[in-house]
Amino acid sequence: MWAFIHKLGSPKWFYGISAKLQPWFWAAAALLLVTGSLWGLAFAPADYQQGNSFRIIYVHVPAAFLAQSIFISMAVSGLVFMVWKIKVADMAAAVMAPLGAAMTFVALFSGAVWGVPTWGTWWMWDARLTSMLILLFLYLGVIALRGAFTSRDSASRAASVLAMVGVINIPIIKYSVDWWYTLHQPATFTLTSRPTMPIEMWLPLAIMVLGFYSFFIALTLMRTRSEILRREANKRWVHDLVKGRVEETR
Amino acid sequence: MAFDSISQFLAMGGHAPYVWSAWGITALLLVTIVWHARAEHRQLLNGVKRRVRRERARSAGASQVPPNAARFNSVKGGMRDDA
Repeated sequence: MWAFIHKLGSPKWFYGISAKLQPWFWAAAALLLVTGSLWGLAFAPADYQQGNSFRIIYVHVPAAFLAQSIFISMAVSGLVFMVWKIKVADMAAAVMAPLGAAMTFVALFSGAVWGVPTWGTWWMWDARLTSMLILLFLYLGVIALRGAFTSRDSASRAASVLAMVGVINIPIIKYSVDWWYTLHQPATFTLTSRPTMPIEMWLPLAIMVLGFYSFFIALTLMRTRSEILRREANKRWVHDLVKGRVEETR
Repeated sequence: MAFDSISQFLAMGGHAPYVWSAWGITALLLVTIVWHARAEHRQLLNGVKRRVRRERARSAGASQVPPNAARFNSVKGGMRDDA
């Protein structure tokens, strides 16, 4: 187990294994997103109350799931980095933040746009909406904090601490719809009960959610590899890695 | 199929501005993110390649690389020397 963790923490090993895993996640993401989009946009039946505006759910819910999951992943990576000093965990946390911020923005934007025909307003200082806005600011804070230090180690530690502290916002987002009276409806999917939507509506949603998660994994693998190249540009193994290609281009 | 024609599909039962703007922004962001990640990776690989080539040239002593040219290259390649 320990040997595995340390192997996983080696940038060289990670660079190799992620190259093999990456294409599978990209392929899964493309397949799931295309299928889910076509199904959700053109084939799922219109909602009897909301009509076709409900089709926004197929981007809104997956983005909101991912926004929260990415923050948790970032906090866990931060913890792993702080406790075991595993640099790859910090590199992964660094590349996750911008995608998390983008997904939070998508959830907020699609929610606002959906709110106009459904609630008659694009924004309310409702508990769910406000806690998601705080999530966006936390992501921006983590990104800014990382850029605010000249020493990379200080930047990594500060960003890890903010991610670990900020993760308290995740249960607040999740339970906001139960704790307070909100305009936002309660959870669409729960692990404990059957979906209240008909299958031809929730199946494409499940496909979109899986597609978004595959996208996240594929992108994180790819960008962590880039981050390894950036930070290890002086290392011999990186040089040996590209030497083959250098010969060809000469 | 929930729609009878392409024009009905595009109209989204009068909800076209909402549905298409939400989907459009999402698609645009995902595509931009992938495009950026690819460009970033390519740029960093090229930076390492340049570095390797420069070191080889230096050790061979065949060509004299001016120190400021070397610095320019490393900045262009997105390399940080504090790594």
